[in-house]
Amino acid sequence: MWAEIAISGLKLAVIAGMLLTVVPVMTWVERRGAAFIQDRLGPNRVGPWGLLQPVADAVKLLFKEDVTPAHVSRGLYFLAPAVAVFVAASTFIVIPFAKGEGIQVFGVPLRGLIVAPDLNIGVLYLLALSSISVYGIVLAGWASNNKYSLLGGLRSSAQLISYELAMTLAVLGVLLASGDLRLTTVVEHQAKLWNAVPQFLGFLVFLVAAFAETNRLPFDLAEAENELVAGYHVELSSMKFAAFMMSEYINMTTVSALATTLYLGGWQLPGIAIPDGWLGLVLSFAVFMAKVGFLLWLFVWVRWTLPRFRYDQLMRLGWKGLIPLALLNLLWVSVALAQGWL
Amino acid sequence: MELAIFYLVAAVAVLSALVAVAHRNPVVNVLSLIVTFFCVAVTFAMQGADFLAGAQVLIYAGAILVLFLFVVMLLGAPVVSGEETPRPIQKTLGAFLAAAVAAGAFFLFSSLRETGSNLPAAGNTTRALGRLLVGPHLFAFELVSVVLLAALVGALVLVKRKH
Repeated sequence: MWAEIAISGLKLAVIAGMLLTVVPVMTWVERRGAAFIQDRLGPNRVGPWGLLQPVADAVKLLFKEDVTPAHVSRGLYFLAPAVAVFVAASTFIVIPFAKGEGIQVFGVPLRGLIVAPDLNIGVLYLLALSSISVYGIVLAGWASNNKYSLLGGLRSSAQLISYELAMTLAVLGVLLASGDLRLTTVVEHQAKLWNAVPQFLGFLVFLVAAFAETNRLPFDLAEAENELVAGYHVELSSMKFAAFMMSEYINMTTVSALATTLYLGGWQLPGIAIPDGWLGLVLSFAVFMAKVGFLLWLFVWVRWTLPRFRYDQLMRLGWKGLIPLALLNLLWVSVALAQGWL
Repeated sequence: MELAIFYLVAAVAVLSALVAVAHRNPVVNVLSLIVTFFCVAVTFAMQGADFLAGAQVLIYAGAILVLFLFVVMLLGAPVVSGEETPRPIQKTLGAFLAAAVAAGAFFLFSSLRETGSNLPAAGNTTRALGRLLVGPHLFAFELVSVVLLAALVGALVLVKRKH
């Protein structure tokens, strides 16, 4: 009993530590990557290659004056950043980060680097949490009592509802193929062939929807700076603003980890059997993080390559482009399953 | 332990439901309704109905109430000032109906005995639910989908007629 609780606590600590490390690393990658793509130098003064720049940024944000405008709706104004970070961080407990067969800690089997291995409804839990992640943004937009914020919040809620449909439909294909909502089963099902190969259409829809769900360019209409100043976080300052920054990067990491788990085989390498024991744990974790790292770089790469969509184009793409494609993918998977091809 | 969690969740559910009805600010109404739905999801999960709990959060807290919030924010529903009641009978009728429903529910639940359920108490309820839905209850399932489709088309027709 106590050993199990201790193991869950350890896993939580490892994963939370990793999540909070990803945020500063990604801000550095984003700024240096943007500079690289735009043929500039980027931040290179603090530490070697500017590596300590995120630390300087965090210190600056912590010591900034926390201005609370007079006209805000107080409770919700403080609640909104907390909701954003909480939802972003709590999605992580169902993602299997690494293989853990044959490892015992305190005499209890580790059962993989996943906080909640017994949760039967892993994918449903993830979808449910991603569907309530919109509240952080909407509440920030409304509570700020500012027309730009409100417009940003409204845009974001409409966008998230639209793209969630396409995303869920794409994920349904994976669930059909693996026959279980548990993410460890989904990973094991891809031992021979990654889901991204037979369900390439679904993978594509999932990736595009993921950009929209995380409010990243080319879909960051909620904070379009040339029309809405900064959208839903105009009135937020200091660490409240930083909380939204953090939730954006944590969400990117979650979505990348989810895409890796659902479509790219999780912690597996094609054709190479990962051994049991501690070596396997480290190896599979490295494989998983390499895939997640590639997807995170894709987020940065696309952000500095594509211009922002117009709002009606965004809606048209979501409803008339992605949803039919996701349905087509679902149909293909059903037919393939019925014929025994998959 | 479980009983303590249940009472805590139940208390929060009732309290947030009261706020959802009584508060004057429509946005706060919607938000406290979200809290109520979360509490209901927790009670589902405590019964071992994990799929229902997930679906509750996904559909009600995540999708439907986002739409509610969207409409409230978009239309800018006014904050209701306390004293104006356009139809006084509404209050009496509402109180009477609520009391009747509460009494009926109380008698029903107090006469309830433990019954054998079709679903496994613990473990994978998703598969069992799926088999029930497309097995014995296929007709009802399809009927509900047709009703929902009709509602969707009806809403479109109503919106288009205005222009």
